[in-house]
Amino acid sequence: MIWRVGTVVALHDETATARTITFEVPDWPGHVAGQHVDLRVTAPDGYSTVRSYSIASAPNSGGCVELTVERLPNGEVSPYLTQELAVGDRLELRGPIGGWFVWRTEQTEPIQLIAGGSGIVPLMAMVRSRGSAASTVPFRLLYSVREPGAIFYRDELLTLSDHNHSVSITCAYTRATPKNWPRPPSRIDAALIADTTWSSNLVPTCYVCGPTPFVESATDLLIASGHGRDKVRTERFGPTGERK
Amino acid sequence: MSPLTADYLDGNAAAGDLSKIFAVDVTTAQGQCANCGAIKRFAEAHLYMQAPGVVARCAVCDHILLRLVNARQRVFLDVRGLTYLRLDTA
Amino acid sequence: MGTISRGFTGRRSSADAKLPPGQYLTTDFPVLSAGPTPHIPLDRWEFVIDDGTNVLRKWDWKSLRDLPTETITVDVHCVTRWSKLGTSWEGVSLDTLLADVKTDASHAMARSYGDYTTNLPLKDLRNKQAWIAVRFDGKDLAPEHGGPARLLVPHLYFWKSAKWVRGITLMHQDKPGFWESLGYHIYGDPWREQRYSGDE
Repeated sequence: MIWRVGTVVALHDETATARTITFEVPDWPGHVAGQHVDLRVTAPDGYSTVRSYSIASAPNSGGCVELTVERLPNGEVSPYLTQELAVGDRLELRGPIGGWFVWRTEQTEPIQLIAGGSGIVPLMAMVRSRGSAASTVPFRLLYSVREPGAIFYRDELLTLSDHNHSVSITCAYTRATPKNWPRPPSRIDAALIADTTWSSNLVPTCYVCGPTPFVESATDLLIASGHGRDKVRTERFGPTGERK
Repeated sequence: MSPLTADYLDGNAAAGDLSKIFAVDVTTAQGQCANCGAIKRFAEAHLYMQAPGVVARCAVCDHILLRLVNARQRVFLDVRGLTYLRLDTA
Repeated sequence: MGTISRGFTGRRSSADAKLPPGQYLTTDFPVLSAGPTPHIPLDRWEFVIDDGTNVLRKWDWKSLRDLPTETITVDVHCVTRWSKLGTSWEGVSLDTLLADVKTDASHAMARSYGDYTTNLPLKDLRNKQAWIAVRFDGKDLAPEHGGPARLLVPHLYFWKSAKWVRGITLMHQDKPGFWESLGYHIYGDPWREQRYSGDE
C-alpha cells in the first residue's frame, strides 16, 4: 500500500472542535464505507508521524476523500489539522485500510449503527454509501454525544431523518440535553437499546464505534439483548500518540 | 482486563502498520491464540499502541498474539502468540 | 523523506534545555504500556534476585520498605522521543540490594509482573546508577507509572526502567529482553542515540 499525496480542497467546521477536511487524491483506488486512511505529516526537519482517520465520505466520491478530525487538547497532530491546515496544502495518505469494519451495498440485512462521539465518522460513511447507492436497506443509528453542540453532520442528519423513513436516527446526550428533552443526560443503557435499536429477532448486523469504554459498554448491551457476538462489529477510537 | 482503564484499541488500529507486511487485509483474518486457544477475528484483538511498539493481545486471556516495531526503515514482527492466522486471499 | 506538510512542526523542544539528540521536552508524564496495568496486592508482592536456577535474595514489601531509601532527582528519556527533566523519586539503591550478592555474572534481566523483561549489563545497575523506586514526586508510585515499585535506570532509555518490577535474573551473557528482541538497541544510551539495533 503506497503513500499518495492528497491536496486539501475544502474545509468545513462540524463543531467548535471538529473539522471536515476534503482531500483530492489522484489515482484514489476507491474505498468501502467504514475503512480508514493513515495520514502522514512531515516537519521540515524530516520528522514525521502518522495518525489514522476514518473516511467520512461515501464511495464513488470521484477521487475525493473526506476525513472529520476532532481536536484533542494535548494532541500533536489534531490541533495542526483542525487549525493550521489550509486549502491547497498537501499531505500524504495511505489506504484504504480495513476489511472487517465495513458495510457493503451488497448486504441486505437491517443495519444497526451505534456511535459514541467521533465514532460517528465511519458510520456516517455507511449512511452516505447507502444514500449514494439508492439502497433501501433499513438503517437505524443511535448517536451518543456529550451535548447538542457536539453533533457532527447535524444538517445532513436532520434532513435524512425528516425525509427518509427507512433511516431512523436517535440522539442520546450524556452531559447536557436540548430544552425539554424527554430523557435526562445519561449514558446509553438497556432501556434505550430496547426502545430505539433493531430487535435481535431481525438479525441485523451491528456496527459500534467510539472510545473503548463506550464500545465495550454498547457491545455488552447488544449481546445482553440477544444479538450474536458475530453480528456485532466494533471499532475503538483513541489516541495513538502518547497518553498523558 | 478491565475496559474501564481504556488503554487499548482493537485490531483495526494496527491494520495500516500490518499492510506493510501482509498483502491482504488482516482485520478480517481469524487467528487462534497460542495460549488459550480462542479463535477470533484479528479486528477484535486488544491493541496497545502507546508503547515503543505495537502489541496485540488476546481479548479473552490477554496473552500477546503479535508484536510489531517500526525501526526506521525496518519492521520487526513477532507472531509467536498466534497458533495460526487464517487470511482470505480471494 | 515524505512530502513536507506546510505549517507542521511536531513538538518543539526548548532550545535551552540540554537534551539527548532527537528528544523533546515534556512537562506532563506520558503513560506508555504494552499491556493492561497489573494490580499486585502488597501482601503478595516480592522482589527476587536469582541466577536462573537459585534464588539468591528475596524481599517482600515490608522487608523492602525497611531498607534505607534515597531521594533522587533525575532526567528521564523515552525512546519515543519525550524527555522529562528534574523528576523526583524515592527508592532503594540496587547497590543496597546487591550488597551481599556474590556473583561473577556480567548481565542482568529485569523481570516484571505481566510479561515484560529488559536486559542490562550488571555494572549499569551498580554505582548509584539504579534504584527500585517506590515513590514519585512525593507520592506513592501510581500503578499506571509502574507502582508499587519499578526499576529506575535514568542513564539509559526509559524502556530499561521496567515498570512493575518483580526481580532480576543474573546472567553470564547478555540476552535481549522484550523490546531488545524486536529491533530495539541492546544497550540504549540516549546520548549516543542508541534507539534501534544497529545504531552505533
